Amino acid sequence: MANFTLRVNGMARDVAAEPDTPLLYILRNDLELNGPKFGCGLAQCGACTVLVDGQPVRSCVTPVSAVTGRITTIEGLGSADQLHPLQRAFIKEQACQCGFCGNGMVMSAKALLDRNPRPSEHDIKRALNDHLCRCASHNRIVRAVQRAAKEMQS
Amino acid sequence: MSVGFSRREFLKTGGALVIGFALGPRFAPAQDVTPLPGSLNANRMLNAWLRIDSNGSVTIFTGKIELGQGIGTALTQIAADELNVDLQRIEVVHGDTALTPNEGPTVGSLSVQDSGTAMRFACAEARDILLTAAGARLGVPLAELKVNDGTIVAPNGATATYWEIAADANLRREATAKVQPKPPAEHTWVGQSVPRRDIPKKFTGGAAYVQDVRLPRMLFGRVVRPPSPGAQLVAVDEAAVRRMPGVVAVVRDGNFLGVAAEREEQAIRAREALEQSATWTETESLPPSGDALFEHMMSLPVPAQTVTEKLAATAGAAGKTLEALYTRPYLCHGSLGPSCAVAHWQDGKLTVWTHSQGVFALRGDLAKAFGMDAKDIRCTHVEGAGCYGHNGADDAALDAALVARAAGDRPVKLQWMRDDEFMWEPYGSAMAMKLSGGLDAQGNVVSWTHELWSYSHNARPGSNAGVSLLAARHLEKAFKLVPPADVPQPTGGSDRNAIPLYDFPSVKVLKHYIAEAPLRTSALRALGGYANVFALESFMDELAAAAGADPVEYRLRHMQDPRARAAIEAAAQRAGWQPNARGDGTRGRGFAFARYKNLACYVAIAADVAVDRASGHVRVTRAVAAVDVGQIVNPDSVVNQIEGGIIQSASWTLKEAVRFDRTRVATRSWADYPIMHFEEVPEVEVVLLNQPNERFLGVGEGAQGPAAAAIANAIANATGKRLRALPFTPAKVKQALA
Repeated sequence: MANFTLRVNGMARDVAAEPDTPLLYILRNDLELNGPKFGCGLAQCGACTVLVDGQPVRSCVTPVSAVTGRITTIEGLGSADQLHPLQRAFIKEQACQCGFCGNGMVMSAKALLDRNPRPSEHDIKRALNDHLCRCASHNRIVRAVQRAAKEMQS
Repeated sequence: MSVGFSRREFLKTGGALVIGFALGPRFAPAQDVTPLPGSLNANRMLNAWLRIDSNGSVTIFTGKIELGQGIGTALTQIAADELNVDLQRIEVVHGDTALTPNEGPTVGSLSVQDSGTAMRFACAEARDILLTAAGARLGVPLAELKVNDGTIVAPNGATATYWEIAADANLRREATAKVQPKPPAEHTWVGQSVPRRDIPKKFTGGAAYVQDVRLPRMLFGRVVRPPSPGAQLVAVDEAAVRRMPGVVAVVRDGNFLGVAAEREEQAIRAREALEQSATWTETESLPPSGDALFEHMMSLPVPAQTVTEKLAATAGAAGKTLEALYTRPYLCHGSLGPSCAVAHWQDGKLTVWTHSQGVFALRGDLAKAFGMDAKDIRCTHVEGAGCYGHNGADDAALDAALVARAAGDRPVKLQWMRDDEFMWEPYGSAMAMKLSGGLDAQGNVVSWTHELWSYSHNARPGSNAGVSLLAARHLEKAFKLVPPADVPQPTGGSDRNAIPLYDFPSVKVLKHYIAEAPLRTSALRALGGYANVFALESFMDELAAAAGADPVEYRLRHMQDPRARAAIEAAAQRAGWQPNARGDGTRGRGFAFARYKNLACYVAIAADVAVDRASGHVRVTRAVAAVDVGQIVNPDSVVNQIEGGIIQSASWTLKEAVRFDRTRVATRSWADYPIMHFEEVPEVEVVLLNQPNERFLGVGEGAQGPAAAAIANAIANATGKRLRALPFTPAKVKQALA
């Protein structure tokens, strides 16, 4: 075991774990953050996505020892009382069935809107293309990102 | 316990009850008992369905579980309207063997139909009882009372609230269903797109899933499955794994291997170590794959059973006959989150948190597997990732319980890895459908035969006399799955939707139900209905082409049911259907229709495709659906089900098949099982044909079959080539066009 200080959602958090422990398990179990999900453990589905220094990262294959930047999870975007525009838009568009993919969709959309505040439909689909949604809520998700982009513009 | 479950904890511990809550024993209605609507018939006590609390809240209890289809929200809409209370007052408790009615599993697109109907009648009657009590208290006849959000107002201005009078109103009585629910014109919530109550927590990191359950002293569990269905464990170095950091328990029981560890990554490492040290003998227990699979299925000595037969004298008059064979491969549910459960043993009693679709049947199987009394087991539903049928949810519950039993009194959260889910979930069965039809001189269908071959579509817990749970068959003292019977008509299992709704003079439907399944199969959304509608509606187009008729006109020509006709006409109109339009070689449009189970929702779909002739790649560019689900409770939820259903079905239809050889399943990750991505998804438009005065018809599975056939018909329309073997991968399309 080794000790690590992670910067998560604006707070310094000390954890003890083997260096090769995937960040996902630290976030879910040590820090009790529900947002990032285990979907495949292979960086194939995107459900575990978090931002590290603003960039989407698949936390299921990222060793905790490799993370030096600022980590943002969906809990860090906003809360039920103070929603981030993306969270508000996903709820408004009812952009899920089961919602298990939703964390990854929101986090990658956040990274997209940060670099491209006015994405086209094509841009959104390309940015989310490596995120799987099995309930097939894709079109609602695209509409949610468009709605959030609009709100963040105004 | 995580914060999201505090309400349930409150219920468990009793809280301040005004109307004492006691579930009567599950009432098995005798023949001389008046039938009651929906699930009320089997759960006849009013207090099994709702409770009014002195703190101003209403709790409704449903045996149907939330799986992202929005049933919890729909039921609150129904209850709020009948009770005249605000939606926000209502809490919903889903699927808990200690708390809710047993409505059977949440399957078959029946939740609104069964639970919604029951809730509607139970709440209408409860309101009547509450008003009667209020009338007595206020000295005013019931008919003169009005209710606004639980506050009852007499003409003289005197008031009483539900919360005050609940103690006077006895809901611990059997329902009569004699109080008529409100007419649609008096509905406030039913018919509105009320936002789903399960959604906000899903986008804010709330405790929304069984994966998010955390209990004090909880361990993390993993299983090691055999490398193939026929494998037997020869040796494994358990001792070495027990010495690994954090490992608390290693379970070896026959061919079952499991671990529990303090930390999740330690459990995963222990799993890897067990896997590496285990040696197995493997046998070729699987059928051939590819086209040979269907030849194999059709050559098995499984006699045909007649599903339906109708003979008319005109059958001999066919001037032209056609025959075609359609096939579908094994399909995965492919839940995005692998199955998971939390199990906790205390004093010989077992509690399981599970995303099973049927907590009561799961409890029954667990009781058999552990040789326990079912009353010593509690199964509580918590959502998992979307399941689309019988995935590994139930199996993970037994896995968790087996591993937790070895961990003393510490709870274990057992999470399947991705390959566990892909290799061991029960697949949607492979199927072959041979259709033949005869046309008269006008091109009308005079005879129709549909013969099918299929493995089981329902091996859920409770479907058979044995134990359905996966680990049970791996234990030293193994429990066998007793090959389940097919789901009988009128809903059907392998033969679901095989009986045409069209008005054909002669019809014969035969099924070869192969009960012994070499690869595990069970319920996948729509059961046999996906493949049967694909075949039936493809063949309708083939016959229409032989008759020189337009596909939409041809369907209408043979269809009497006015609601089916209305759906067909609405989809054609919204899609801008051009009669007899031919594709241009790369672009085309197809049409299909089905009434799910021949009993539930009506769905007609027009699909547009673009075919890249060089690569064989097919893209569905647009789909338009018209849907009649009877009375609509929540329009957006209906649209969501149809949108998702069409896109998921398009993914099945164009891309998906389980890969295996004679020994092993080769589908282990998403790399082996591609599904539709964002850039491939069609735009979808849904037309709702609301029927406020008609009863509820289930919607959740209605799009699967028609979407597949509409795509097949669109490809044929575009290219002139008929594809009959799912999925329509680029290689197959290219070959067909060569």
